[in-house]
Amino acid sequence: MSDTPKRTALYDLHCALGGKMVDFAGWEMPVQYPMGIMGEHQHCRNKAALFDVSHMGQVLLHGPNAAEKLEALVPAALSTLPEGKARYTFFTNETGGIMDDLIVSNAGDHLFLVVNASMRAQDIPHMKAHLKDIEVTEIFDRCLIAVQGPSAQDVVAGHCPQATELNFMQTCEALIDHTLCRISRLGYTGEDGYEISIPEADAERITRLMLDHPDCAPAGLGARDSLRLEAGLCLYGNDITPDTSPIEAGLNWAIQKSRREEGGFPGAARIIAELEHGAARKLVGIMPQGRAPARAGVEIHDLHGNAIGEITSGGFGPTVQGPVAMGYVKAHHSAPGQELHLIIRGKPQPATVCALQFVPQNYKR
Amino acid sequence: MTTYYSEEHEWIIVEGDTATIGITAHAAEQLGDIVFVDQKEEGDEFESGDEIGVIESVKAASEIFAPVDGEIIAANELLQSNPAALNENPEADAWIYKVKLSDPAQLEGLMDLAGYKTFIA
Repeated sequence: MSDTPKRTALYDLHCALGGKMVDFAGWEMPVQYPMGIMGEHQHCRNKAALFDVSHMGQVLLHGPNAAEKLEALVPAALSTLPEGKARYTFFTNETGGIMDDLIVSNAGDHLFLVVNASMRAQDIPHMKAHLKDIEVTEIFDRCLIAVQGPSAQDVVAGHCPQATELNFMQTCEALIDHTLCRISRLGYTGEDGYEISIPEADAERITRLMLDHPDCAPAGLGARDSLRLEAGLCLYGNDITPDTSPIEAGLNWAIQKSRREEGGFPGAARIIAELEHGAARKLVGIMPQGRAPARAGVEIHDLHGNAIGEITSGGFGPTVQGPVAMGYVKAHHSAPGQELHLIIRGKPQPATVCALQFVPQNYKR
Repeated sequence: MTTYYSEEHEWIIVEGDTATIGITAHAAEQLGDIVFVDQKEEGDEFESGDEIGVIESVKAASEIFAPVDGEIIAANELLQSNPAALNENPEADAWIYKVKLSDPAQLEGLMDLAGYKTFIA
């Protein structure tokens, strides 16, 4: 891999908008714009924010029974996923850990996948090695933008009336300013919104069109992280890793009934056993009682000073107006209301276990 | 009354053998939205280079390093009730500590305003 970070086709636009560029997973991406992380976060919750997520991997699977074949690598039911629908899932390993999380969309004659930027180099060969007679195509000439927030429909539908007809986790191809785009009603902020896959050559023009809407402002990786954290959405590499199972992470909902019964995905034995008997540790929401944020790596103790787990994501929640965190604790300490200590800079700070979602989800169902 | 600046982006205003320490507007700008300040207590002694507190922004936690040796004689309580004051007014109301200097000669190792401006340019 080259040391020089890659740039998306929206790089010049980020700079023109005053974006503060940082290296993220080998890509030079805006961490924030002049509005700042706090402002961008609030703008997304109250109006609409636009994120460049072109660093994520867009992948097409073509070939006979692609959905059924992909089921051998993930625990989601995909062969029954109707055309025009998207589903959240994850690649599992033989020990029932998570190799990456992704979105799979049924695009009719093919599947459209979006995987994490940092895992592209793993996921593409993984699929090529295991999906017999399936053409796995990584797309390099399309941008991906996310328009998120209560005004997202207003922002997008002005240029694409079909956007109004989509419900949460639905996807279609549609023209935006004469350019054929794939538009999906989903995201990773807890808000209503869209992800739009755009041919690179048209990306800046269409992005600017969206930003022309008075309710739409650009937002960077900083706000993206605080938004997903408040919404209780897992960050791959922090909250879910090859060492955490989906059941430990509370992702039971993403394993449909047929797959629980039939198995047939890597690590099924462990995952199905944990579904039945529970996992030894659980990912929980944690609300520090003081003002100090608890960040990834902070040790979690019970009230007697015994280590019972670790924070995997944490920071300040601009909507909550206080620190929020998530982390793994032993199952018998995972009930909401459980009191804990977080060891922040050597000192125990009181905290409480809560539901793994600090703000209500505002999806269009 | 003289103001000194450190390479860790602190300002130090000295009056006799006491000084007021804070972070520069440049530092506050780089840190982004500040949400919490972990301060040491009155009476705590420190040496130059010691960590004497942590500033938490929405982005990350950043240590405050002592620019000189001394003892804390006051921690600004404003920062506990309103950490964002550090973004709004870092070089005045939002000072971090009042300290008693152990060795005022150490100030000679710090920068003046012109030197600091060159340093951050």
